[in-house]
This record gives sequence, structure tokens and C-alpha cells, in this order.
Amino acid sequence: MTVQAVESEAALSGQSKLRATSILKLILTRPELSALVAAVAIFIFFWIVAPPFRSSAAMATVLYQSATIGVMAVSVALLMIGGEFDLSSGVAVVTASMFTSILAVHVGLNLFIAMALALGISLSISFFNGWLVTKTGIPSFLITLSALFMLFGLNLGFNKVVTNTVATSDVSGQAGYSIIRGFFAYRLHLGGRGGPQFSILILWWLILVAIATYILLRTRTGNWILASGGNAASARAVGVPTKWVKIGLFMFVGFSAWFYAMHQLSAYKTVQAGSGIGGEFLYIIAAVVGGCALTGGSGSAIGSAIGAFIYGMTVQGIVYAGWDPNWFRFFLGIMLLGAVLLNLKVKKMSARIQR
Amino acid sequence: MTDSAPLIEMIGITKSYTHIRALVGVDLTVRAGEVTCVLGDNGAGKSTLIKIISGLHRPDEGVMKIDGQEVQFDSPRDALDAGIATVYQDLAVVDLMETWRNFFLGSEIRKPVPVFKPMDIARMRSTTSEQLAKLGIHLTDVNQPLATLSGGQRQCVAIARAVYFGARVLILDEPTAALGVKQSGVVLKYIDNAREAGIGVVFITHNPHHAFLIGDHFMVLTLGRMSLDAKRTEITVDQLIREMAGGDELTTLAHELDRHSTRASGA
Repeated sequence: MTVQAVESEAALSGQSKLRATSILKLILTRPELSALVAAVAIFIFFWIVAPPFRSSAAMATVLYQSATIGVMAVSVALLMIGGEFDLSSGVAVVTASMFTSILAVHVGLNLFIAMALALGISLSISFFNGWLVTKTGIPSFLITLSALFMLFGLNLGFNKVVTNTVATSDVSGQAGYSIIRGFFAYRLHLGGRGGPQFSILILWWLILVAIATYILLRTRTGNWILASGGNAASARAVGVPTKWVKIGLFMFVGFSAWFYAMHQLSAYKTVQAGSGIGGEFLYIIAAVVGGCALTGGSGSAIGSAIGAFIYGMTVQGIVYAGWDPNWFRFFLGIMLLGAVLLNLKVKKMSARIQR
Repeated sequence: MTDSAPLIEMIGITKSYTHIRALVGVDLTVRAGEVTCVLGDNGAGKSTLIKIISGLHRPDEGVMKIDGQEVQFDSPRDALDAGIATVYQDLAVVDLMETWRNFFLGSEIRKPVPVFKPMDIARMRSTTSEQLAKLGIHLTDVNQPLATLSGGQRQCVAIARAVYFGARVLILDEPTAALGVKQSGVVLKYIDNAREAGIGVVFITHNPHHAFLIGDHFMVLTLGRMSLDAKRTEITVDQLIREMAGGDELTTLAHELDRHSTRASGA
């Protein structure tokens, strides 16, 4: 080989390395990008195959469906970026509803006080999860799996003891209920009867995502979350209190669970004590589809919203297209697999560039 | 330089884990503008010594003095506050994060805006660029994730970070171990710069050649004990290599190997 050939080959490989670096940089700094592309594709797909999908009423429903997942998915995403899981997030929602209902209806407390106490309970449970994970070093998967079953049993058992039924007691007769309903479950009617109804939950969801994004990208706390998930030992070595960061993230999930519980309670007056299970997976799927790495350290809050929107579009789109809704879960599985494979590719690329 | 008050003085440091005595009666003195080299084989106790200086572990016995005052570190934060910065073998960096985020990790600049106190990202970015440029690292973009930098560059980011944040004592854990000859040279030159700036450097290595190029004072650890403690003027590079390699043990080994090879060729 001549010297020139060697040189041009070196230049070529340098160039491809540079290109690979810039793609990696884009994906690492904008992890929600691939989810955005997928969301646009799915939107166009249902727009074409399901004519009812095109109405503004359908969009209101899709957004509401998205918000019911998104409110939790945003905190679950931050927790995953911080390197931990919370499998108890689904049933924790019902726990907050149940305590609010029991404290207001059966203990006879003022509804606002009952809600405040339920918030305290939610935060305490999630604090305990976080404290146990950081104290023992046992993977959060196992700690929160235990919490899942404990809370699931508690919801059914305790509710049965107090109410003797499997549903929480109706809170709509309580003083202040209309105020709570206005705050957590207001519906904006546009265009009279049959027109689209936008739930206020959509607004809360978008506000939560905006705040979470700001915290993650613009504040010291966000830097610490990324570092705690990316490399906790390194972060600790430079003085980041990783344990408190993680406990705080668990508590943010606890807060979101309470917030979503208050929406459910206001919107439906009563909640099935045995529900909530399975929700944790939907939140994790939304987060992962939105670009969160399962290993922590990478992901975005906006991504979780895109993931939740994909969920909302799919679950409603299949109905509008007139297909059997059972296929929806199959589709969800494919989405998750795709996201995970993409994650793996990014990781391999990162390893190749380091060499 | 020897008459200046030591920045760190450790006397009789002993540390045991459940079954192992990792360090036994080790003394270490770090002075401003000096490079103290700590040499030793794997498992000699180098890592334990670093962890004690940097506040990750507490010694079982022994005294630690900073500027002549006896201290006890409860966390790495205490050590950092005392001006002791450690650059670990794994660099204590987060590969997925942008270079500027890594540079300021744990010491972020914040704007005095209420509630969120956002980071002053523009200033953090420009400071990172400037500090790295001083080391001769010119990044096209400080938004590059650290994973995309070379080994020597990553090492220098970690060292530059420690120096920038006012380290008076810099502890470098095997900074040249994973690097090629050229990149090692860059790092050694930077250690020299740090010394010239009056920083006390503890250079941990198992490479006596690198140590002798830069060191003012040498300590060799063998199975948790000090087997050598000498100033540069008192020792030659050959002595250092010999001591480092286990001294007499090496001579014995050489004889044994020699015998084996004779036997092999004889058969």
C-alpha cells in the first residue's frame, strides 16, 4: 500500500468516526429524538387509517389518555434517569385515593385535610422506598416489587376492613368536593354538545413536564440526577449527595401518584381498591420509549411525554380504526422492544467511539 | 522546600478490613510544590491510602493533620473542603454527560434566581473551554459527552477540574496506567505544571519510571507496610525499580527462572 492510500484511509476512518460522534452526541443530548420520529409516524398512520382519529374530539380523548399515563411517567422517567425503578408506582396511586376517601368519609376529616394527610402518607411510603434502596444497596427492582405487593394487599385489605367493599367510598358528598373537582378534573367544553372536552389534567401534565425538563436540564439538581444515574460512585466522589438525590426522586414519584390519585378521585368519585396494578409498567414503557436508558444516566422528561402520547394515540387509534383493542398490548410490546434495541445500539456506538 | 509546613501529615495510619490488614503504621507527608510518589504492587494498600486521604474511609489508628491541625474526615466533602482533590483511576466522571456538566459536577455555578436557582450554563461552558485550552485540549464543543473524548483528554479534564476548584493537594490515582507513551507524557507535564503552581501532589503509580521522572519524594508500599521512604536525592531509579519489584524477592525469582530455563534447555 502506498503512503497516500494509507493516509486517505486514515482520513476516511477519521471522518466516519467524526460522523458517528456527532450522531451519538445528538442521540445522547437529545434522547427523545427517536421517540419524536416514532410519534409523528404513528400519528400519520392513524390519521390515514382511522378517519374518526382526525376530529378535535378524538384529539381531546387521545390527549386525556396520554395525560393519565404522562403525569406518572414524567416522575418515573426522572427516577429512571437517576438510576432507579419504582414498581409500586401503579398501586401507590390507589393507596393515596383510598386514604383520602377513608379519612374524609369514615374518619370524618375535612376533605382538604384528608388530602393533605394522604399526601403525607404517599411521600412517607416513597421516602421509605428510597431510604431502603439507598441504605441497603438492594436493587430498587426488588425493594419496590415488595412495596408493590404490600400496597396492593393494603389497598384491598384495609379498604375492606373499613368499607366492607372492594371500592373506596364515594367522596362527592364531602364539603369542598366541587373545588377539588374543579382543580384536578375540570373539563373544558369547546363547541357545545358533542364538541371536544379537554380535561385540565392535560394542562397539569404539560406543566409537570415543563418543570421537570427545566429542573433536569437547567438546574444543579438536574445535573445531580443525571450523575447519580450515570455513575453514582463518581458523583459521590465529587461531593454529590447521591442518596438524597435518589430519595428525592422516589418522593417525586410519590407526589405524582398522589396528584394522579386526586384526579381519579375527583373525576370518578370512587376508585376500585384492587386497581392500579400494571400501571407501573405503562409508566416505565412511556419513559423507555421516550428515551430513558434502563441503566440510568440518560433520558428526558419531554421524552416521557412523547412516550405517553404514543400510548394515548395507540390505545385510542386502535379503537377509532375499528380494530380489536386487545391488539393494543401487542403493539405496546413492539414499541418497547424497538426502544430497547435502539438503546443498545447507542451504547455500542458509544463504546466504539471510546476506542 | 523541605522546611515549609506540610499540607498533609499522616502518622501511623493503620486500616483493617474484616480479614485483611490493608495498611500498617504508614506515614505520609505532602508539602506544597512537591510531588510525593506512592508506589506499590496491586494489593499493596495504595487504594486504601487514597480512600483515607480523600475521606471515603476512616483509619482505625493513626493521626491525620492538615496544616498542622489534627482532623477527621467524615465524607469526601470534608476532604474537598480542606482543599484535597482526588482524581481516581476511573476519573470520577460520568461518561454520558456533557463535558461542561462533568467539569462542574458537584460545584455548579448557580444564578441567584429564586426557587430553582438555575445554573449559569453559559459561564460554565466558557470556563470549561478556557480551562481545557490551558492544558492544550481544544474541544470543538464542550457539549460533547465525555465518552467521546480520548483517554488522555478525559484524564486532563479530571485534573483540570480539581485544580480549577482550588485543590491545594492533588491526589492522582494511577493517572498514566491506561495511557500510551505520548498521552502519559502530556499528563506528566501537567503534573509538573501543578507542582510549579505550588500544589502538593500525591502521585500513585506502579510505574517507577514515570515516578522517577517527576517525583520529589518516594514511598513504596509492600503488603500494607512502608518498605521505602526516601527523598529524590537519596535514591536512584534502579534502586526504586528494585524496591518496587519486591527487592530480594525479585533476585530470588530471577535465579529460579534461570534455573528453570537451564533445565528446559538441558532436556
